[in-house]
Amino acid sequence: MSWLREHVALPESLSTDELTDRLTALGLKLEALERPGHDMSGPLVVGRVLTMEPEAQKNGKTINWCSVDVGAANGTGDPQGIVCGAHNFSVGDLVVCVLPGGVLPGGFEISARKTYGHVSAGMICSTQELGLGEDHSGILVLPEDAGEPGDDVFGLLDLREEVVELEINPDRAYALSIRGVAREAALGFDLDYADPAARAVPPANGDGWPVEIEDAEGCPVFVARTVSGVDATAPTPDWMARRLLLAGMRPISLAVDVTNYVMLELGRPLHGYDADELTGTVGVRRARDGEKLTTLDGTVRALDPEDLVVTDDSGAIGLGGVMGGEATEMSQTTTRVLIESAHWDPVSMFRTGRRHKLTSEAGRRNERGVDPTICEVAAQRAAELLVEHGGGTIEDGVTVVGTAPPREPISLPVDLPAAISGMSIPADTTLAHLAAVGCDVEVDPRGDSLWATPPPWRPDLTDPYDLVEEVARIVGYDEVPSVLPDAPSGRGLTRGQALRRRVGRALAGAGYVETVSFPFVGAADLERLGLDGDDERRRTLRLANPLSAEAPDVTTTLLPGLLSATARNLGRGTSDVALFELATVTLPENGAPPAPLLPVDTAPSAAQWEELQRAVPAQPQHLAVTLAGAREPAGWWGPARPATWADAIEAVRVVADAVGAEVEVRAAARAPWHPGRCAEIVVGEHVVGHAGELHPRVCASYDLPPRSAAAEIDLDVLAAHAREVVPAPRISSYPVAKDDVALVVDADLPAAELAATLREGAGELCESVRLFDLYTGEQIGEGRKSLAFALRFRALDRTLTDAETAEARAAAVALAVQRHGAEQRA
Amino acid sequence: MSGPNTDFDPVEVTPLSAAEVERMRDEALAAVEAAVDLPALKAVRTAHAGDRSPLALANREIGALPPQARKEAGQRVGQARGALTQALAARQEVLEVEHEERMLVEEVVDVTLPWDRSPRGARHPITTMSEKIADVFVAMGWEVAEGPVVEAEWLNFDALNLGADHPARTMQDTFWTEPADHGLVLRTQTSPVQARTMLTRRPPIYVVCPGRVFRTDEYDATHSPMFHQVEGLVVDRGITMAHLRGSLDHMLQSLFGEGITTRFRPSYFPFTEPSAEMDMVCFVCRGTGAAEQGGTCRTCRGEGWIELGGCGIVNPRVLTACGVDPDLYSGFAFGFGIDRMVMFRHGAEDLRDLFEADVRFTLPFGSEV
Repeated sequence: MSWLREHVALPESLSTDELTDRLTALGLKLEALERPGHDMSGPLVVGRVLTMEPEAQKNGKTINWCSVDVGAANGTGDPQGIVCGAHNFSVGDLVVCVLPGGVLPGGFEISARKTYGHVSAGMICSTQELGLGEDHSGILVLPEDAGEPGDDVFGLLDLREEVVELEINPDRAYALSIRGVAREAALGFDLDYADPAARAVPPANGDGWPVEIEDAEGCPVFVARTVSGVDATAPTPDWMARRLLLAGMRPISLAVDVTNYVMLELGRPLHGYDADELTGTVGVRRARDGEKLTTLDGTVRALDPEDLVVTDDSGAIGLGGVMGGEATEMSQTTTRVLIESAHWDPVSMFRTGRRHKLTSEAGRRNERGVDPTICEVAAQRAAELLVEHGGGTIEDGVTVVGTAPPREPISLPVDLPAAISGMSIPADTTLAHLAAVGCDVEVDPRGDSLWATPPPWRPDLTDPYDLVEEVARIVGYDEVPSVLPDAPSGRGLTRGQALRRRVGRALAGAGYVETVSFPFVGAADLERLGLDGDDERRRTLRLANPLSAEAPDVTTTLLPGLLSATARNLGRGTSDVALFELATVTLPENGAPPAPLLPVDTAPSAAQWEELQRAVPAQPQHLAVTLAGAREPAGWWGPARPATWADAIEAVRVVADAVGAEVEVRAAARAPWHPGRCAEIVVGEHVVGHAGELHPRVCASYDLPPRSAAAEIDLDVLAAHAREVVPAPRISSYPVAKDDVALVVDADLPAAELAATLREGAGELCESVRLFDLYTGEQIGEGRKSLAFALRFRALDRTLTDAETAEARAAAVALAVQRHGAEQRA
Repeated sequence: MSGPNTDFDPVEVTPLSAAEVERMRDEALAAVEAAVDLPALKAVRTAHAGDRSPLALANREIGALPPQARKEAGQRVGQARGALTQALAARQEVLEVEHEERMLVEEVVDVTLPWDRSPRGARHPITTMSEKIADVFVAMGWEVAEGPVVEAEWLNFDALNLGADHPARTMQDTFWTEPADHGLVLRTQTSPVQARTMLTRRPPIYVVCPGRVFRTDEYDATHSPMFHQVEGLVVDRGITMAHLRGSLDHMLQSLFGEGITTRFRPSYFPFTEPSAEMDMVCFVCRGTGAAEQGGTCRTCRGEGWIELGGCGIVNPRVLTACGVDPDLYSGFAFGFGIDRMVMFRHGAEDLRDLFEADVRFTLPFGSEV
């Protein structure tokens, strides 16, 4: 906050909370507000060391018994006796003393206490103890002119600081600097703003470091300044180190810290080279094939021909705008510094950063767009700071290659901000707000539009709507009224959407619990299903960057996820599990064409749209269920009824009923089902899926109990064959005639087939055929079974006679005998 | 009732004597009274009112009387039988009531015996939440649009003003598919459905698009590689941010009750301009940030607001790429996470609970949320 206040005249009455609220409303969202030093309290004062007597202690340490003049701060004016363990100071130095009653960071309360044979009435503080930095090697010695003994040090050292952390959207790179945030604060409260980039710079001359730009598109501006005679050991001033730390950057050395400080202040990343390590002309070009560079993080990087590199006669010495090279890095011995202040093509920065997985503070700014007009100012500022704190001189040579590209004005209809935001925004408000963000605004002579030339630090402003956002956010999004649009009459849910809801409700009603699984599988998951090598479900879409190497594919079946979920439930102690999932699967086709990257300046043509559609794999809605354990638990009513293959088929029937489709069940063999207990579900001519008991090996491989059951169907195909309109049945009010028939047939004759035969044979007088008993045993004979059916006969127009019923029954039995060799059981 | 007869024919039939009839009647009535249950009463009925009962037999004797005596005897017997019939009926009713009462007492069951024979099922809260959201918009006349999860890169990014070198592409860590040059991704947002909608329908467009989306996030209590979004898109003439706010306010009030409004904060999304983050007033503390029982509100962590998602005016570049004339039409779009809404609405603490398929988590949600 102290840094911000240097550039914008924030009134004392304005609280930090008010400021951050306003900044948040402007689009710089408060992420965190920290108040270092606010947990400290005095007395914390300047002291002058009057005497110090070293005393060796039994533990091997030597302590200093000091008397310190703390002025009137201790109430007496007498020197304060303090024991101090550090030795980096001497008599006459100004130091910071905390007196008894004072509190240091972390709530560390100081009291007079007996130690090493003295009563130490307070403490002489180190930088770290004051929360000012990480240096705990010794106590903080204040400059001679820092103040008088007894002066309060809170204000002196800015001990109480407020650190505002803002979340900056990628379009607002300018706000990644004090300069940008100060401007936002100024326009938010209509305050005076001192642009830190408004500095005088010497003009370019031919005496500077020689620079040649081979790729002006990648590096439109390159400024170089040289500072020589720098004291390589000069420390970074405490205030600067503190600001860097509070901003989340680690102080390294004066030269590095200065470049970082200027970057934080102006938003312009700089790079410092050890000029003595540079040989010859500095250049910028694209990297060569096979070129390598060791960046200053110690990594050897194989460069891509698209990477922009800074070079000298030795070759590449840095990844331009992203990270410098190790060879020319500034070090503890650097006395001559070349400051590079260059503007880089954001796209190239983005690509290089992504290619090398490099994120840096500089790269973050360069890829989002930096003010290209302040290269010289930033270099000058850094050079001055370096000389101020490290000595030496700024060399006269000023190298400036290239110029910042000019900005084109944007035409904005004056009424557009109001028309888009829904707020009432007069023209002069628009003019004022655009000017506040830094645009040069001219009203078009015709009066209904204006021309706004965005400032150089706002590369994000390119379209009229961008300007609308600027105006709207300053007026305040809070002012946007709430108005419901008049939507035209809709048609509600589509049939498919409505059917899916019905299916979910029906299955939940039937006791199934819905799951939502990740659609990722691996070959092992499909192997565990026992799929054949050429099973079409093995043809999966592979992810290029899967989260797990075990599951790199987008699934073609819901079963792996559902079976795993079932096993997970069993493992967690739920013994009876019935699950369902309704989700899409992805069925890529061999030899599918690639999806084209179409232009964006116009809508795709019909042919292009077709091509795109063809490239996207089919993704039908599937429905799957699994069952394990009991379908009905044991209870006081009797034993449990285990879930079986039949429940899985029944689940599909529940679904079919819910969507209004008539399905036929036929014996089939397909993985992962038990080959003798698998049904295919047929609707019309289409096999829509399978249901039944899982293969014993599948149960074992998925850790499921034996006889677990499952079903999976293509819901889209099923729904496509659903009746939209149910034909109303005609019901007879005449009495029903009932008769039963028991038939003995071969054991492998499907019951459904025999029932259909009976129905066919009984003719139209037959109202229903229902299997009510199945019997196998010695009386029937090996390989045979007895099926008992209840037949109901009824006519629409009369009461049937006994003879009619008997005739229909006999016809039914006769057809069964003829077709299936059935024998009627007595 | 009859008193003793004095002017009487001396040839009396004994069974028809007044005393005898009275005796039979009293005996029958006593038997009726003594019947303790319905079978006993049935026996009494047979014995005293049946064809062979004394009163029935006496009745037959009446014909043997001299004509002048018949009337009186007839009346006497008739009255006796009438009294008996009445008594039987009355007793029958009493015993039936008693029988029913006894039956009801004897048939008492323990209604607390569990009858959890048919297993319970449930739909997933994400499904029901997503339907609930869609229903609010469908009720306003909007429609529900859908699209594939494996999507063309062009629709997921380029058509939405997210060119290949857009820094925002790194904001959404994308699952790419092989082969790399086939331009397919797992959609990182439901926004490609908006593009599909604009490319296949003409304005006015009023749609919501709920669905699964994917990002390469590690799986933990607050992140998941798969989650669910719902997006809204309106393209019509004269659409403004006010319509955006109105639609969102309406949705939130429908879902969370009266008085729940939105707050917009300027933000950045490539597909909208102006863009905003939207927050909703915390539906628990109603914006105070304080918990009812003291301390800070747990739902909004004391902020009074819950971050919902992003929204804005559809960038005219997106309209252009999707074949809508930006000079004629404007639009708004919004998007937010369904999973997150389920989490804060129901106080769920771990995102993974939504994807682990543990029936103990899902069952209590039943079929609706």
